[in-house]
Amino acid sequence: MASTIRVRATASGETTEVQALIQHPMDSGFVKDAKGEIIPPHFIQQLTFEYDGKPVFSADWGGGVSKDPYVKFAFKGGKKGDDLKVSWVDNKGATDTTTAKIQ
Amino acid sequence: MTSTGNGFSATRRLILQGAGAIALIGLGNLPFLASALAAANDKYPEEAFKAKSETDAIKALYGKMPEASDKVKMDAPEIAENGAVVPVSVTTTLADVTSISFLVSENPVALVASYKIPAGTVPSVANRIKMAKTSNVIVVVEAGGKLYSATKEVKVTVGGCGG
Repeated sequence: MASTIRVRATASGETTEVQALIQHPMDSGFVKDAKGEIIPPHFIQQLTFEYDGKPVFSADWGGGVSKDPYVKFAFKGGKKGDDLKVSWVDNKGATDTTTAKIQ
Repeated sequence: MTSTGNGFSATRRLILQGAGAIALIGLGNLPFLASALAAANDKYPEEAFKAKSETDAIKALYGKMPEASDKVKMDAPEIAENGAVVPVSVTTTLADVTSISFLVSENPVALVASYKIPAGTVPSVANRIKMAKTSNVIVVVEAGGKLYSATKEVKVTVGGCGG
């Protein structure tokens, strides 16, 4: 199955800028469906970015993050061609991970 | 007391063996402690994500309350056309930032997201959040062990909770 994570990491000078877009319903558990029943909560709880084996950014998310979440951040270091590993875990225990090359 | 006959006293050997054993036990404990600490730091802040008010959420996350600071710069729209997807970003000139969190007062769960900023990561985050209705958006920055915040009211025309 293709990854749910699309990430673009660009090294520019001393900094690497990272943008990630993840496919995920991010259901908060507060919304009702057409039948009037609550759609159960289903959202990414933790997201981590690792460079050179160390975390460079991590997120603790709740159902208040928009569907198909997007996040952008930057870290010092990172060279073109190096790997950036991205992983997430959701409230149902599902996970996904991908490794992108810094451009 | 046994005599080893090579000038190395048995007492000294016993002490050194004891010291060696303790040293090994000490080393053995380290990985356990390190992983326990790491696990504690990486734990999902369950309680903070259950809190209804932003005050309770901030207390659950950080154990203290922030002071407003103009060094925390939040970028959010005046009016959100779509409450389900509101782009909010923050940047700060504060040093030694370790954490940045986003809260929405009028959401059923005030805490939306909390980010850990390791040393070497730029203290700046952009994300997209849901807003149930017109509300204050609060950004909290933990820097140098202290807590700072910025607040902005964002008007919402179409609520982000599907209603």
